[in-house]
Amino acid sequence: MGKIMLEVKDLKTKYVTRFKENVYAVDGVSLEIEEGKSLGVAGESGCGKSTLALSLMGYYFAPLHYISGEIIIDGKNISGMKPDDVRKNILGTEVAYIPQAAMNALNPTQKVIRFIEDVIHAHDKSVSKKDIFDMARKRFEILGLPQEVLNRYSVELSGGMKQRTVIAISTILSPKVLIADEPSSALDVTSQKMVIKMMRDLMEKGYIKSMIFITHELPLLYNVTDHIMVMYAGQIVERGTAREMVFDPVHPYSKGLMGSIIVPEEGTRDVKLEAIPGTPPNLKKPPAGCRFAARCKYVIPTCSLGERSRRVFDDNRMHLCIHSVDFLRETYAKEGTGIAAIKSQKSENLKENKKTSEKTQENASNKSSENESEV
Amino acid sequence: MPMSLQELQNKPSVLRGDKVTKIFGYGVNKNTAVNEVNFNFRESEVVSIVGESGSGKTTLAKMVLGLIGVTQGDIYFRDAVRDISSHKKKKEYWKGIQAVFQDPFSSFNMFNRIDTLLLDCINLMGGKKLPKEEKVRLMTDACSFVNLKYEELTNKYPFELSGGQMQRLMIARIFLLKPKILIADEPTSMVDACSRATILDMLLKLRDEVNMTIIFITHDIGLAYYVSDTVYIMEHGQFVESGTAEDVILNPQAEYTKRLISDVPKIHEEWDLSTVAGL
Repeated sequence: MGKIMLEVKDLKTKYVTRFKENVYAVDGVSLEIEEGKSLGVAGESGCGKSTLALSLMGYYFAPLHYISGEIIIDGKNISGMKPDDVRKNILGTEVAYIPQAAMNALNPTQKVIRFIEDVIHAHDKSVSKKDIFDMARKRFEILGLPQEVLNRYSVELSGGMKQRTVIAISTILSPKVLIADEPSSALDVTSQKMVIKMMRDLMEKGYIKSMIFITHELPLLYNVTDHIMVMYAGQIVERGTAREMVFDPVHPYSKGLMGSIIVPEEGTRDVKLEAIPGTPPNLKKPPAGCRFAARCKYVIPTCSLGERSRRVFDDNRMHLCIHSVDFLRETYAKEGTGIAAIKSQKSENLKENKKTSEKTQENASNKSSENESEV
Repeated sequence: MPMSLQELQNKPSVLRGDKVTKIFGYGVNKNTAVNEVNFNFRESEVVSIVGESGSGKTTLAKMVLGLIGVTQGDIYFRDAVRDISSHKKKKEYWKGIQAVFQDPFSSFNMFNRIDTLLLDCINLMGGKKLPKEEKVRLMTDACSFVNLKYEELTNKYPFELSGGQMQRLMIARIFLLKPKILIADEPTSMVDACSRATILDMLLKLRDEVNMTIIFITHDIGLAYYVSDTVYIMEHGQFVESGTAEDVILNPQAEYTKRLISDVPKIHEEWDLSTVAGL
């Protein structure tokens, strides 16, 4: 197990509305990320993904308020720090954040290099503009962005280029944790791929130590992250590795999410899309017991009694459901819908292919050794 | 269920385009957005037009809708040359062709209540003089078709709804109007994956109920593969490939189609990031 970069213990935050009502958007979230790993957060709109991202920065401004819990970045506890301290010492160097509307994050009246100067001067006023320019130029070169971008205005850049520029600016100080909130949802597939490649480059070259990736595009999450966490109504309902979560979801909500995956692959056309009926609960008054109960197919009367406790299974996976893992897996196997149905067929094919290729390789190596012995 | 090629060919044509061209600007600034495109959409066919941003998909949709003029070429609606020379004729044409756009937030008039919006549709269909109860019944039906409750929506303004609800309300509009053709311009790109499944299901249900032709305009090849009978791939204002969804997406011929498909993250195959196109 690697060094833990980010650890969050039972984080709770709320929004306070104009009428002094509390909306508990992040309610008891715990997570940890190791060095060099990435964590994906999935869930539908309004389930608290973006609020989690904002809360993790430790930078709270109204209407978002901190209630309790700890955020520890590389051994340093940042929860409860003053906003000014957070801005000076944490943002940029420890945590960087890419907002959902990153395309609109750049002021159209300033050149790109000015933003980089701003970021660096917020931490250290003594760095000269020339040094900053050299540093930025080098970083842009490594990330495959043209240098001319530095002297351009944001309106002169295309959507994909703007998004990559924002990522390059926010990671200029090599933060330990990068929080990316839907960085590619407004882009077409080709630009999306470029953005993802750049984020992976950042990770591989060590400019960022770990990453939290928030999106509702599950195929993307599956390809980008190591672990996936599914959020519902401010809570984490299931956690596991990307592979496990896509092919073997346990919680009924994750199962429903995985049923909405669309990919252009053979066979996926015949699988009927599963939509989860209803809408997420109002977080002003979250329902007692399981929050998903009202929309769940497998609901039983005891679901709405008492808080659900986390259940750990298969060494590192966690889910939040009253039913046992075995019961849920059996039920899903009987139904046989969703991506998992084609998965079994496909993975068998893959296995067979692998076996045959291994065999041919073995044969080849045998042959070559025979040849050698003959020689 | 997707239709077979033969079934499709027996259906009557509802919309046909002959060398449709759109040129923006003059002289040095001349920009050909859509270049001599031919198409033939049949009754109850689900068509997808797929391409990158800037490939001319939306321009084509706007021309078909009659929102912008055609520079060259002809569009035939139900085998007759389309006539939208006057506002009255345009209104008549829009009874047969309707659209759902990408951004549900800007599709609504923020000053009008939801009732007004739905009543406008009833009026367009000539139901202006219906008794009030009948109008309410129609609106309730339309809302329940898209799993919304009319009692909860009445007297609300569009901005009080979520993106998914708004997009569903757009489909309720289509249900009231029952046009021959629906153009869905990226209908699901701004809603989450869950609502996407619901919206697609509803659109397909609508197709089965009223025999509507649906034209999806999208950059999401996965979506095109899931919903459509035929797929047209568009690059720089031209169709580079077309055919049944199975043929085009599982066995692409054009280089551009291959690249588009390789750019989509997949579940069963490795996503190759090394093949990113130039900057």
